[in-house]
Amino acid sequence: MAIASFQLAQDSEGKKRISLHGQWSLREMDNDFAQLRQALKPHFANQDLHWDLSEVEQLDTAGAAVLWNGWQGKLDNKTGLSEEQNHLFQTLGEINAQATEKPKSGFDPLTLIAAWGKLTIFLSSHITDFVRLTGLLVIELAYLIRRPQDFPWREFSANIYKSGVTALPVTALLGMMIGIAMSYLMATQLRTFGADIFIVNILGLAVIRELGPILMAVLVAGRSGSAMTAQIGVMRVTEEIDALAVMGISRILRVVLPKVLGLTFIAPMLVIWTSVWALLGGAFSANMELGLGFRFFFDYLATVVQPVNLTLSLIKGVMFGFVVAVVACHFGLRIKPNTESLSRSTTSSVVTAITCVILIDAVFAILTSGIGV
Amino acid sequence: MSRAICDIRKVWTVFGSNVVHENLDLTINAGEVVSLVGGSGSGKTTLLRHIVGLTRPSKGEVLLFGKNLHEMPRIPQQRLMNRLGMLFQQGALFSALSVFDNIAFPLRELRQFDEATIRQLVLHKLSLVEMEPDTGSRLPSQLSGGMIKRVALARALALEPELLLLDEPTAGLDPERSEKFVELIKDIKQALGLTVIFVTHDLDTLVSLSDRVAVLADKRIVANCTLQELEHIDHPFVQNFFQGIRVRLERTG
Ligand SMILES: Nc1ncnc2c1ncn2[C@@H]1O[C@H](COP(=O)(O)OP(=O)(O)OP(=O)(O)O)[C@@H](O)[C@H]1O
Ligand SMILES: [Mg+2]
Repeated sequence: MAIASFQLAQDSEGKKRISLHGQWSLREMDNDFAQLRQALKPHFANQDLHWDLSEVEQLDTAGAAVLWNGWQGKLDNKTGLSEEQNHLFQTLGEINAQATEKPKSGFDPLTLIAAWGKLTIFLSSHITDFVRLTGLLVIELAYLIRRPQDFPWREFSANIYKSGVTALPVTALLGMMIGIAMSYLMATQLRTFGADIFIVNILGLAVIRELGPILMAVLVAGRSGSAMTAQIGVMRVTEEIDALAVMGISRILRVVLPKVLGLTFIAPMLVIWTSVWALLGGAFSANMELGLGFRFFFDYLATVVQPVNLTLSLIKGVMFGFVVAVVACHFGLRIKPNTESLSRSTTSSVVTAITCVILIDAVFAILTSGIGV
Repeated sequence: MSRAICDIRKVWTVFGSNVVHENLDLTINAGEVVSLVGGSGSGKTTLLRHIVGLTRPSKGEVLLFGKNLHEMPRIPQQRLMNRLGMLFQQGALFSALSVFDNIAFPLRELRQFDEATIRQLVLHKLSLVEMEPDTGSRLPSQLSGGMIKRVALARALALEPELLLLDEPTAGLDPERSEKFVELIKDIKQALGLTVIFVTHDLDTLVSLSDRVAVLADKRIVANCTLQELEHIDHPFVQNFFQGIRVRLERTG
């Protein structure tokens, strides 16, 4: 057993011949067909060369394919082929390995229109799916009103725990950090104007009305939204969703609805929780920088920030929670059963959810600009 | 020639409190087609996973080509792995890649062939397992169960391995395809010399393909012999099993 090699020789009549030796197979681990091909290249080009394969110890399809491609399918002036090798080359010859090359054309203005059309179809399919999903959710809710005993309590509470309770530490930490950072930056600015006390107004309004809900939404989209998409996606990949359907269980009722309701229910509470920690952080920073007492900070906060802001913040929480969950489920249900689609959809789910949340927030801010400020 | 290609020595496998293998010994010689039989859940798949080095037994060692995979440097280990092909029970095709790319994957990984050669080799493997060349563009999720098996087999064969491990290769194939599959393995074996370890519950395949049979029962190998010799082994599972294959043995002579 030896590695594949070749030898050039000249016979008595001055004709050049090349003889192959060794194991022309992948079995021999030291073979490197890339090198062999490179070394054989000039000889492949030489049409008059005589090839002798009688010394080949072993030839597998891989070795044969390399030779065959080098010879470009011509088997004349090859000698020493055994019966089996001949057969092998014949089988290879029967395979039509001509890659069907796509004709490459230059710039075609039609492709632009086609791309535009494809994009439109893609977007409209998303919109139809989304509308259908929301419709199905409404139908399931209506069904639940008639048959409340079918409410998926277990899944509902599991979702509250997963996306709400386990999110408490991270939302608290982030809220607090943001509060500290903002208050710290503002404190230095406000001090130059001697307007220290306004830190409470600014911070209170910003955190309660904007930052709290947005922070919560971003975090929840990253944590729970992606998890929901991936979970539904894997359930699709492994046909679990189909198994549910065969048992006569509505996948919307059992899989989607608990997620949507759970997150919608818990999101406003998470908003409050995040805001409280952001304000605590802000108060802490204000205390360090401006010497405002905690007691004073919160007393004053209550007088300058109207309670309606809290209502707005809760409404936002509900909306954001709903949007994140519905978007996550929407993308989850669109996943095709392969890993590539799974990762793409999970990414899209998070990006879309955050984008939607910010868009809604902007619209909401404009609509409610006259309230509570 | 009876070079041991795979040597399993005093292997114990324990999952939590579940002892799957207890002091299990098995030697497989080069050039043999060995079938591994045993009840469902007796640890056949687990044993195959030990052999290819996916898992490590709790105790004991598995030698492949005389070497312990887990104690090798990375490059030689990779090369050694290229000498074996495994067909997983569920196919384990890469779901994001088309059928063609699945089979081409190990070939491309070698970085020794140009695309034209790879194309030819892939189409050759596809024709071996009797798949139409135009199924190459489909994704695994668009295949039937039996087709997945065949593509997985084509992928396992892509590198012309010396040792082929097949986990229930004929489950999900129609009888005719099972027969063809047996022929295919025999052909490859004859052309290249191949060692095959396969797990099966399909007695026809077992009788027509295997040179030897290893019976896994009571957490160890209770028999490792030719089919005919099974008759003389005094173990309830083996006896029961032998009743099942007796008729088939007589039919083939
Ligand atoms: N990763 C694991 N963790 C815990 N237990 C496992 C694991 N893998 C396998 N087992 C257990 O090991 C035992 C053997 O499993 P294995 O898959 O090897 O069975 P098998 O012989 O291949 O069965 P079948 O014929 O049904 O495929 C089973 O009891 C199984 O529950
Ligand atoms: Mg198994």
